[in-house]
Amino acid sequence: MSLITPDFGLLFWMTLIFGIVFFILAKFGFPVLTEMVRKRQERIEQSLKDARDIEERMASWTQKEAKMREDARKGQALMLREAAEEKNRIIADARTEAKSEADKLLAEARTSISAEKESALRDVRREVAILGVEVAEKILREELSGADAQRAYLEKMLDEASKADTIK
Amino acid sequence: MIAALLISLLLLQAPVESPSAFDMDEYLYGHVMDAYDWHITTINGKHISIPLPVIVRSKTTGWHVFSSAKLAHGHEYEGFFIHHDAESHKDRIMEHTSAGDVRPLDISITKNVAGLMFNSLVLVLLVLLGVRWYRKHDAREEAPGGFSGLLEMLVMMVENDIIKPCIGRDYKRYSPYLLTAFFFIFVNNLLGIVPFFPGGANITGNIAVTFMMAMFTFLAVNLFGNKHYYKDIFWPDVPVFLKAIPLMPLIEIIGVFTKPFSLMVRLFANILAGHMMILGVVSVVFLTAELGAAMNSGLSVIAVLFGVFMDILELLVAFLQAYIFTMLSSVFIGLSRQHPEQEKAE
Repeated sequence: MSLITPDFGLLFWMTLIFGIVFFILAKFGFPVLTEMVRKRQERIEQSLKDARDIEERMASWTQKEAKMREDARKGQALMLREAAEEKNRIIADARTEAKSEADKLLAEARTSISAEKESALRDVRREVAILGVEVAEKILREELSGADAQRAYLEKMLDEASKADTIK
Repeated sequence: MIAALLISLLLLQAPVESPSAFDMDEYLYGHVMDAYDWHITTINGKHISIPLPVIVRSKTTGWHVFSSAKLAHGHEYEGFFIHHDAESHKDRIMEHTSAGDVRPLDISITKNVAGLMFNSLVLVLLVLLGVRWYRKHDAREEAPGGFSGLLEMLVMMVENDIIKPCIGRDYKRYSPYLLTAFFFIFVNNLLGIVPFFPGGANITGNIAVTFMMAMFTFLAVNLFGNKHYYKDIFWPDVPVFLKAIPLMPLIEIIGVFTKPFSLMVRLFANILAGHMMILGVVSVVFLTAELGAAMNSGLSVIAVLFGVFMDILELLVAFLQAYIFTMLSSVFIGLSRQHPEQEKAE
């Protein structure tokens, strides 16, 4: 058999065998593999894209979270301040109320004291008047025991009365 | 390598002087040529070989199918015999007829055909075994390991590094053929290096096999070539006087045939030369047998070392030639599928 002349039998079998091999591998072999690898590649690309999206979303979330934190802190400070103000106001209110209450009580006490004093004075005065009248009675009884003395006293009383009229 | 060549060439002279030495021609060509039976080994002068079916069609007596063992040692069977010392049709089956010896239509399962069948079976089983993983698993969720992983790596390397860049956007259509061609050549090259049965058949170093491989690429290029490809052949973009003669179309048409021709010769010559080189290096062991034990054992050690080197080199060549065949086929197909207008627009 010659080295460089193709043999017909081998040409025939080669065509047949390669044809069968090609048919089997092109139908059940390589496309299955390449198709799967292509799908996997698509999936990997998709996953990478998803990961990037998630990363971005995470970044935005972190930003949002920081903002929320900041807002919360601001709100907290505001509330604290408001609470402090409220407290101060309440204390001040309470103070003023207490003061007014105390004033009122004081005033009431004062009025009641003055009323007491007045009534006490009135009592004293009455007592004094009664005493005076009694004393005067006694004195008068003593002094007006003679007729002269009664006369002189009458005159004096008349004088005084007329004086009082002129004054009026 | 050159040293190995020189040594083997020098030692080739030896058997000429001593007629009892082994037949170098028989040894070399017996290994690389096709045969009607598959010679495995010779023990104590007894040939051990597997007889293969002979299928011949005679013009006068029709189809004949029989074992090649019937034709061994110059025997004749049903009028057929193997022509051992003729100038033309040497070592081929001939038929005795009244008009002299004629060559019948011969589609025997020869050594190369049997090797081709075995290697193809191995290839198909390996690929289907590797692909089985993808039927059982969701490849989007996980990647295969082990043999399927190796197959995936090789397939994707061929597709991504050779087919896709060389062909362009139509690559999916040609990918199954080119992948089959790559693995077909690769497996046949590798099993050709295996020195014992059922490897060792010189399949991709046979011109008929590489001729058909080149023919398939030729068909893939020219049957599916687009308008632009044929315009470039018959009316290329050159000054009119070059087309009027018609010099350029002639060169282009020759080019259409030289491309697959180069594919055919490159693969054939590389693999054949590789086989020859390994055989040459190994033959040193036998050629030096008559030079004495010291010379023989010394040179045998060198021969074995060179043999190891050559085998490793051939492993590289086995891959490289499959790679080159696939790449050039892809390039030729890519040239027949150019879309210059659209590519410019893109």
